[in-house]
Amino acid sequence: MKKIICVSIAVLLIVSLFVMTTFGSSNTAVTNLRGTYTKDLAGTTLNVFNWGEYVSDGSEGSLDVIGAFEKLTGINVNYTTYESNEAMYAKLKSGSVGYDIVIPSDYMIHRMRNEGMLKELDYSKISNYDLIDSNYKGAYFDPEDKYTVPYSVGMVGLIYNTKVVTETPTSWNLMWDERYKNQILTFNNSRDAFAIAQFALGIDVNTTNKSDWDRAYEKLMQQNPLLQGRVMDEVFNKMEAGNAAIAPYYAGDFLTMKEVNDDLAFIYPEEGTNIFIDSICVPSSTQNYDAAMMFINFLLEPEVALANAEYICYASPNTAVIENDDYSLKGDPYLYPENLNDMNVQYYYDLDNETRVYFESLWEKVIIN
Amino acid sequence: MKQRGGSVVLNAPYLLWAALFIIIPLIFVGYYAFTTADGGFTFSNIVTFFTSETYMVVFWRSIVYAIWATVICLIIAYPFAYCMTKLNLSAQKLMMLFVMLPMLMNLIVRTYSWQQILERNGLLNKLLEVLGFEPVIFLGNSAVIIFGMVYNYLPFMILPIYSVMSKVDHSLLEASSDLGCNAFSTVRRVIFPMSLPGVLSGITMVFVPCVSTFYISRQFSDGNIKMIGDVIEDKFYKSSVPDYNIGATISLVLMVIIFISLAVVNRFSDGDDLDGGGIVL
Repeated sequence: MKKIICVSIAVLLIVSLFVMTTFGSSNTAVTNLRGTYTKDLAGTTLNVFNWGEYVSDGSEGSLDVIGAFEKLTGINVNYTTYESNEAMYAKLKSGSVGYDIVIPSDYMIHRMRNEGMLKELDYSKISNYDLIDSNYKGAYFDPEDKYTVPYSVGMVGLIYNTKVVTETPTSWNLMWDERYKNQILTFNNSRDAFAIAQFALGIDVNTTNKSDWDRAYEKLMQQNPLLQGRVMDEVFNKMEAGNAAIAPYYAGDFLTMKEVNDDLAFIYPEEGTNIFIDSICVPSSTQNYDAAMMFINFLLEPEVALANAEYICYASPNTAVIENDDYSLKGDPYLYPENLNDMNVQYYYDLDNETRVYFESLWEKVIIN
Repeated sequence: MKQRGGSVVLNAPYLLWAALFIIIPLIFVGYYAFTTADGGFTFSNIVTFFTSETYMVVFWRSIVYAIWATVICLIIAYPFAYCMTKLNLSAQKLMMLFVMLPMLMNLIVRTYSWQQILERNGLLNKLLEVLGFEPVIFLGNSAVIIFGMVYNYLPFMILPIYSVMSKVDHSLLEASSDLGCNAFSTVRRVIFPMSLPGVLSGITMVFVPCVSTFYISRQFSDGNIKMIGDVIEDKFYKSSVPDYNIGATISLVLMVIIFISLAVVNRFSDGDDLDGGGIVL
């Protein structure tokens, strides 16, 4: 009797799993397509390498972008994710794996381009490219628009808990305020952590002057005793649960945190901040170039781009999204600040190797204490 | 003769496996450790490592933490295993289940859950608040990292000690008390020497993962206290100038340390390996 019960429970579990995966299938229907998509490449594989949680995946009724593309074209998408530009670069550089699509940030694109790791795009096959806001075209890492299609845009700001920080801060110096000792988080990533010190000191984030880096290093050392920790994605839990009160992070992620914890607030500090563009690129080692073009065009489809913008919560460079009345974040003051032109926003540039080695050695001293 | 030929055939997949996934990666580690970025032979990585103050701080920290964790594990596990052997068989099985139960969860999930419990607004502080105490900052110090190691690796200490102790023949204990030993000297003169192989393998099984751990230290110190494993990870993945050579050098030094500690431990267990439980190098 016991056995029969056990077996039947097991069978029930397996069946329910099966039912959930087949009938609970997510939304893969895209209705109004601007571009044309053929099944010519059906059966081939497209290797996509993207940031984690950086495409609408069908959860909570959203559009399953990858599934929709597979259904539309018959191409099998092999989708893998990374957690930092550096990790992506290391994997691509090692040559152990081939990818057809990557979505790195500006400075990494600059570097990969300089090292000949990117292939020029065939814009005649990306008919939706005209939807990209001209503000995001011709960026410094691709001035002639040959290699990239902007995907997502964001800026770093200062998130704080209004229950702890009662005044309204204006400056990055909040992160050096002794009153908030052990409540402050910072980036667990050299470039971003240094940039905050650099903005606070009024130093160019792309400086190649060693004494400038030394000054930023001193500033970071002063911050060390006040820090609760250095985090990346852990920042969500920390800030949402009120375990820390001050953290620099991206505006879009702040919106996600605020949904959980309404005590959180956000500013763009007056000294200025970092802006990034993540753009879609094709590595020179691609094995399925035409499918990659089709995929890029698909990502720019108004419906797809909207689903992605809603899911990722970062600013979109796609006019079909920005101007869409159905877009829940349309005109959001954090994502699309009105005074953007008056703000000191700086892109990271790919620094020369000597500078990189130098600041990484300083960073090592900052984090090992 | 025939049998030996058969065993070669039978062993082939394992030898191939070992070559592919153990020997070849080790060769790569050695290669990177003794070459420059351009591929030329050098000892400079080793020199850099041992002369760098920052690396040395982390290196000693890892070893000291691992020793602490191992000693604490031993202090907890030994009496625990001894008491376990005194229970009746079904209770022993139940205890075994309790020891093993956390191991069914992934280390990352376990560590992450503990982090949430120990957080400033975590479960434990909520409880303290209800009881009228001031909240305590648990995370971010060396003690909590050692606690994390002890928590995660305690079963590796209990199990080998228990398995050796439970095999001690009961008649030996009776003989010892017949010959005038009290309970304490029975433990000291009979049980302890016989359980030594289990203790030694427990020590290696706890020390080795502790000295190379990285996830526990990162989560329990919010990235503030680095262990040598963290530094290796940074060298390969996090840095904007990945340095495989130094990363491999640190890995190599760590491996040498582990081998030395294994060798030392094996020295003590010489001759008593028949009981099983001891790891043979």
